[in-house]
Amino acid sequence: MEVRNPRIKSMKYEDFNDNEYIESMVRELRENGTNVVVGCLDEVIEWGRSNSLWPLTFATSCCGIEFMAVGAARYDFARFGFEVARASPRQADFIMVAGTITHKMAPVLKRLYDQMADPKYVIATGGCAISGGPFKKSYHVVDGVDKILPVDVYIPGCPPRPEAMLYGLMQLQRKVKVQRFFGDVNRQIDRKECEELLRRDLTAEKNELNVEKDANHEQ
Amino acid sequence: MNNNLKESITAWEPAAVWSECGDGWFTVPADRFRDLAVRLRAEGFDFLRSLTGMDWGGEGFGVVYHLESTATGENVVLRTMTPDRENPVLPSVCDLWKTAELNEREAFDYFGIRFLNHPDMRRLFLRDDWVGYPLRKDYDPSQNPLRMSNEVSKDSTASFELMPDGSIIRQRNVLFDEGEYVINIGPQHPATHGVLRFRVSLEGEIIRKLDAHCGYIHRGIEKMCEELTYPQTLALTDRLDYLGAAQNRHALCMCIEKGLGVEVPERVQYIRTIMDELQRIDSHLLFFSCLCMDMGALTAFFYGFRDREKVLDILEQTTGGRLIQTYNTIGGVQADIHPDFVRKTKEFIAYMRPKLREYHEVFTGNVIAQERLKGTGVLTREDAISFGATGGTGRASGWACDVRKRHPYAAYGKVDFEEVLFTEGDCFARYMVRMREIEQSLNIIEQLIDNIPEGEYQLKMKPVIRIPEGSYYAAVEGSRGEFGVFIESRGDKYPYRMKFRSTGLPLVACLETIARGTKIADLIAIGGTLDYVVPDIDR
Repeated sequence: MEVRNPRIKSMKYEDFNDNEYIESMVRELRENGTNVVVGCLDEVIEWGRSNSLWPLTFATSCCGIEFMAVGAARYDFARFGFEVARASPRQADFIMVAGTITHKMAPVLKRLYDQMADPKYVIATGGCAISGGPFKKSYHVVDGVDKILPVDVYIPGCPPRPEAMLYGLMQLQRKVKVQRFFGDVNRQIDRKECEELLRRDLTAEKNELNVEKDANHEQ
Repeated sequence: MNNNLKESITAWEPAAVWSECGDGWFTVPADRFRDLAVRLRAEGFDFLRSLTGMDWGGEGFGVVYHLESTATGENVVLRTMTPDRENPVLPSVCDLWKTAELNEREAFDYFGIRFLNHPDMRRLFLRDDWVGYPLRKDYDPSQNPLRMSNEVSKDSTASFELMPDGSIIRQRNVLFDEGEYVINIGPQHPATHGVLRFRVSLEGEIIRKLDAHCGYIHRGIEKMCEELTYPQTLALTDRLDYLGAAQNRHALCMCIEKGLGVEVPERVQYIRTIMDELQRIDSHLLFFSCLCMDMGALTAFFYGFRDREKVLDILEQTTGGRLIQTYNTIGGVQADIHPDFVRKTKEFIAYMRPKLREYHEVFTGNVIAQERLKGTGVLTREDAISFGATGGTGRASGWACDVRKRHPYAAYGKVDFEEVLFTEGDCFARYMVRMREIEQSLNIIEQLIDNIPEGEYQLKMKPVIRIPEGSYYAAVEGSRGEFGVFIESRGDKYPYRMKFRSTGLPLVACLETIARGTKIADLIAIGGTLDYVVPDIDR
């Protein structure tokens, strides 16, 4: 069956800036070929999923306040289906990393991400989450949350305007629409593989800082 | 500093040496420092404004204390130092001023200075397995790669005592006993207003002990500033307390201007004052919204945000930024006010006053709100001063701590406004102070908005700014208390040390005192009314 370009109700397809990216995903889907029954089922599921993405309330700094503004009366992201911000990662579909991630916070963020149920998405909001932003040179700031999590959408800005956040959220909706729930295609590498790779890189140095040694030192 | 006080201090402590450099300070030898501190405390210097750890290179490590007497308004700056770079040890003053408790932990975290008889010598911001001390001049950042292992919370802490024979022994102090019921709140929790973490020991519903963990958003701004030129450092202050962006930057600009001896034009003073007050309204509206949301009143949250957007529109039109405005510059402001600024601000004042009445109808009079706020989380005036809990929190406890009144700056000397004071010190008083302050801010803006003098909005500054050698402290009344900037300059284009007096750290310090004995559910109301912003605590 022919896979169509993803369309969402809130914004015209032509108005998006980077359609090539989505089109490359669609092309890949077409090349792989899809079973009609599975494809139709998938389309219904993706339609439902993309219109009820629930964010995790996760904010460390300035961007979090703009995130609150997006949820409040004027910008009101409930219009697009981001209705309920959940305080528990178990109930959330995506995590909006709004703010600087520091060395002390990084393991906590990773744990929150691990606690979320699949399928899950990550949006890096603002300069700090994308690259460390103005604090890139600091001794205690992670330069880019993509070092520890697989990021789906980047929203630049310091902090991004609420409109930019809405645009980023809609991009996520489009991305969800071209993912196949059953097939799990359209990911360059398998998510599990990606996580494993990340974990391996970061725990390479673990020998030096084993926790037990530190506990002994305390006594 | 007046001469009487100078003479008295020299009489009390002949070893104290006066230096007239910048603000002027007394240098006291470490072994004599404690006696002078006790004496000053007894003489009425009950407010420790700021405590700054220092690395003076070859001279060793030291601490700078900014003291103020709340009765007379006199200020004194003290310094003490130890030449030992291997094992720096200094006397603690945390029994004299409670605010020193967290500040000395900060100095330990940054410089490795151990304070004798401090009951809890743990790191404040960084992980326990952090190697080295980041604000030392010889710190090597490659020692600390990103660690993804989970941090283990320890139940004990250490203190250091000096023995009669001169040796120092380490003692183990228990934070939480084996049998205690300890729950963890945060760092990812919607009611902690950011990434603050508490460990709370409970007996039933009653809080027995609270241990605050900071540092989850410690961005190392103070160290970064040491490698930036003065105009570059301005970019970072806005992101400390993002609900007081204009005020923070105002404080830094004031401090640099003080060091340079620059007097900014009157037009700039007026614009800065109006911007600060708009920012305060913005912050207090967010405080109202978040407090209501935390207590379950979601409608009030939408009301607050609806009106906050109006302030942001005004700020955005002139500065180009909604939240982070980066508007103040050294010797002026970035751009002149927008032609519509005056009209829009006046419209906003007319709009806001009836809305405040609406807030009181919707939320303040509500039975649940009253029950949950009145009488809970009482902070006494003495504790507020000792902890240095300035801003709305201090004023709710009856402490007239408003910097705008204590040390008038910008155009605040020219306007007539009331310093809102309550005496109850409970959550409801803290809430009401901020609601009444919105009215006062509207009054201040109203008095200034029609009289903005003509003139230039930016002084011509030198391309490379060098502050003369010395140390300078300037403070403004931020949205949630005294925000101070301390600069030590060695005459370079970079600051030798730059310290920001956090408005939130004292609020976290006093949280344990307030929360002990209250119910766990009240912690949310207490945290909400203290109104801290976490990036400002951690810096």
